[in-house]
Amino acid sequence: MNIKLLHRKALYLSVVIVSIALITGCGSGKDKANDSDDLVTIDSLEIDEQLIQDVKAVKEIFYSLPSPLETAMILKQAGAKYNEELLNSTDNTSRYVTNKSMALNLGIYTTDLSYASLFDQTQATINYMNASKKMAEGLGILNAIDEDVLERLEANINNREVIMDIISETIMNSSSFLEENDRQAMSTIILVGGWVEGLYIATNLVEDDVDFNNNELVNRIIDQKLTLGTVLSLLDENSDNADVLNVMTNVNELKAIFDKIEITTSKIEPVTDEETNVTTLKSETTISMSPATYNELKEKVKLIRSNYIL
Amino acid sequence: MKKIYQILIVLTVLALIPFHGKTQCKSFAKKVCKLELTPYIHDGNFNAAILTEGEDAELYKTFYSGQNYRIYICGSAALPDIEFQVLDVNRNVLYDNRKSNYARIWDFKLESSQQLIISLRVRNNEEEADELISGCVAIMFGIKEEAD
Repeated sequence: MNIKLLHRKALYLSVVIVSIALITGCGSGKDKANDSDDLVTIDSLEIDEQLIQDVKAVKEIFYSLPSPLETAMILKQAGAKYNEELLNSTDNTSRYVTNKSMALNLGIYTTDLSYASLFDQTQATINYMNASKKMAEGLGILNAIDEDVLERLEANINNREVIMDIISETIMNSSSFLEENDRQAMSTIILVGGWVEGLYIATNLVEDDVDFNNNELVNRIIDQKLTLGTVLSLLDENSDNADVLNVMTNVNELKAIFDKIEITTSKIEPVTDEETNVTTLKSETTISMSPATYNELKEKVKLIRSNYIL
Repeated sequence: MKKIYQILIVLTVLALIPFHGKTQCKSFAKKVCKLELTPYIHDGNFNAAILTEGEDAELYKTFYSGQNYRIYICGSAALPDIEFQVLDVNRNVLYDNRKSNYARIWDFKLESSQQLIISLRVRNNEEEADELISGCVAIMFGIKEEAD
């Protein structure tokens, strides 16, 4: 081969590598929205469109979903009880052989793991850590949950704080491993799996005769309308992946139901406690949701989740 | 010919920096940043990037009523101060760390759940320098159960 041509090709290759690196290193952007009125009706689609038009110059954009650990803490704080029957059985791990099903169920099992650990269910915690390990290994996420993690978990099984720290570390190891290896699509599917599991557990823990206007668990379910826009943005960023597109269809089905729920919030006023240095964001929210919409949401979540756990 | 090879090497190294940087960022977030969240528990999410002075980033997240949160903006020691603001969906400023001497930590809770925007910018170095400084910046969230 002509040596000059070889050099030229090498130069072109370098330019292509650098261009790809620069493109992948840069985020998308959005710009500034209008000032608020005192009352704002929350609509995830409208917010998203505003956000998409915004921040054009911003270098890096992150869309952060509640992690499985946060989801479990939100459930517990809202008064949820422990019900192991609602969780995906650890006997099901052999069903998951595709990347999509392993990613979804890594999210699902990690949420179940977090939920079990928050309610001090020691054996279930160990079982769900093992199930999560199988899914992570299947996805090639190296060292996220290794033998050392399992040993530390068993040695500290009665120390909830250490257990939660171990769970947080395994979630971070998985997401950062996928990020480092440019597998953000898988990372997104894991998070959506965990998010759907949280919705499934929550909707099944709400009792039939509950007062919809005065129930914390129902409020946290409705709050997912706020998260929905972030879920869709995250999926959209990875929409060149067929599995992500498939999951996006499910999330859009949920969106159609969440769109029937109205959330109105007043202007937020930050008030800082000088002694503790903790700021409270004061605001009032009114919610409007019919029992029929709630039942529709519950059934849709159940259907999507049953397709995920196979 | 030698010059072309030198250019090639420089371009290849430049191309590989982001990938090496990601690994460094994870290690930094895990070993250094996580500790600052105590007594809050890290939520497990990994939001980190290599930023150069003058560059900015934004993060969108829903925060829930009933939880106590800590935001920690963790930057490499070599970086200048990092400005960060917390905004509501209409970009009204709820917190601005420039009023708190560029504090990296903000603890808060909410009366009702809200989608918020964390907006940050690495300040430009005030001293004249030949090179722009880059480093890892991680946005970490800690959560704590409400005391009974």
